[in-house]
Order: sequence, then structure tokens, then C-alpha cells
Amino acid sequence: MRRDAVRAGVRAGIPFAVAAGVVALSFGVVAKPVIGTAATLVMSTFVFAGAAQFGSVAVLAAGGGLPTAVIAAVLLNARFLPMGIALAPSLRGRWFRRAAYGEAMIDASWAMANRGGGRFDPDFLVGATLPSYPAWVIGTVLGVIAGDLIGDPADLGLDVVFPAFFVALLLGGELGSDRITAIVALLGAAIALALLPFAPAGVPVIAASGAALLGLRHGPGAADAEGTEPRPEIEGDPVG
Amino acid sequence: MGESWALVAWLVVTTAVIKAAGPVALGNRDLPARATGVIALLAPALLAALVMPETFGGNGSEITLGERALGVAGAGVVVALRGGVLLAMAVAVALTAGARALLG
Repeated sequence: MRRDAVRAGVRAGIPFAVAAGVVALSFGVVAKPVIGTAATLVMSTFVFAGAAQFGSVAVLAAGGGLPTAVIAAVLLNARFLPMGIALAPSLRGRWFRRAAYGEAMIDASWAMANRGGGRFDPDFLVGATLPSYPAWVIGTVLGVIAGDLIGDPADLGLDVVFPAFFVALLLGGELGSDRITAIVALLGAAIALALLPFAPAGVPVIAASGAALLGLRHGPGAADAEGTEPRPEIEGDPVG
Repeated sequence: MGESWALVAWLVVTTAVIKAAGPVALGNRDLPARATGVIALLAPALLAALVMPETFGGNGSEITLGERALGVAGAGVVVALRGGVLLAMAVAVALTAGARALLG
């Protein structure tokens, strides 16, 4: 493991840890009356996946039953499948080592570790996740203990942190890299938006990964196979 | 409370399996060029898609054009003007919180 990359990841991950802590606080508040204090704390400690945690608890709270809650969580987590597939070619070593890198994936760290052209910096990814884990657990504890005293994080505008971050990364690096990348990003956004009113939560993002199939004809791999020059790598500064 | 612990157990197992699946199944090997082309484009497709539900998702199934959309648009303008990612996020938060405070 490259320590300099891990340290750089930790520095880049700290702002997201603050946001994650606030979100976890609100999770503690809403989950405690539904599944109890102990299960709320154990869930945040061992699951560490915000959307799935919120989604499944919301289903239980609405009387949806255990199978529906689990299915909702799986759908909300399913984006980690294509994200893990994208990460995989950058990983080396035995299966358990690669699995450990996969477990370290969260949306923000995965996005920041993306170096363009299908390459990721796995050690940077681990570093960028590290600050968010204690923030997630401590935030949940605070939410369970003192949730009623703290207002809605949305009033502070914190619910916009993650979409704003993804847009900034896209406009700052990915979209400028070449035309096919921009087309795929726009197509992915269009698929997700079109499915949003109809599909269960989580499905629009997974379906949008189908836009990457354009790479069968136009992607860097296809270009290489035809003997043309590979596109230049984009080395964006992930934290500006 | 049995249902709560069953949910926790299911989430622990399914989350771990889903996150490890790609790296375990596909890592450590050279993939065909066509697969590499698709994998290289997964990141932009997923990044763009992640923006949508978190920007336009409402409480139910409707698409909402609200304060979050304003904040995300502000972030886009900052980056287009060559501002940094952190500045873009700060502007997005300020715009979203400000609009909510003003519109009540």
C-alpha cells in the first residue's frame, strides 16, 4: 500500500467525512424509533452504506416488511456492482486483498480515486474512505443520543453536498476528456432521470450504467483494438 | 425486535458481497479490449446518474425541481468558471440553504 496515496486520500476525504457525520446523525434520529438503539448502532458500524440503511429502515417504518426492506437495500447497494467492476482492473493481489479494496468503496472515495481512462488509484480510495467511517459511526451515536435536539440537516443545505460533488467532478474532468465520454455521461444522466418517476429507488443508477455499453464500439478499448492512439489520460485534481 | 436484527444481518451480508463481487470476480486479470472500453466508460455514466436522484428526487416518485437543483447548478457554474471542487460544493450548500431559508 502506498502511504503517500493513502495520506492524500485522507486529506481529500475529510470534507466528506464531515458531511457523512451529519447524515449519519440524521440516520440515528430516524432509525432509533424503528429498529431500536442497539440495532441502529450495529447497522452503522457493520453496514456503512448510507442509502441502503436509510432506504431499508424507511420501508420497515412504512410497514413494508423484512423482505421488501432487504430488496430495497440490495437495489440501493447494487450500484456498487458496476462501480466494483470499474475498479477491478486497477487491483492486484489475492482475492481477499481485492475484496478488502471493494469493501472500502463509498461513492465519494470511488469518484475521487477515478483517474480517467478506466484507471483508479485504490490506495487513494482507501484513504478517502478512512475519515468517513468513524464520522459515520460517531454521527449515528450522536443521533441516537441527542437526535431530538438537532434540526434537519437539509435546513443547512447539506443534502446537496454529494450531487454537487459529482457534478463538479464530471465537469472538472470526465466530460472534458473526449466526446464519447461526454455522450455516455449525458446518456447515463438521461436514463437515470427518465426512470426516476417509475423505477424503484436504486434502479435508475444501475440502469444508467448501461450507457457504458457504447464503449463496445467507441471506447478507448475499441480504439486500441483498431490500432489507433489511445486517448490522453485526464489527471484532474479531485479536491480542486 | 427480531425483524430489526434480521434486517441488520441481511444488510451486513448483502452489502459485503455486492461490494466485493466486482473486484474478486474481475481483478488480477487482463480483460479483452472491448470490455476495457466499457469499463472505462462506467465511471462517467455512473457519476452522471448518481447526480439525478439526489438532485431531482422527491419524497415520492415525482421529479422535483427545487433548492437542490439550484445548488447543483451553482456548483456547475463554479467549475465552469475554473473554481475548485470544494468551492463548488460550498456554493451549492450556501445556495440550497439560502433558498430554503428565503422560500420557507
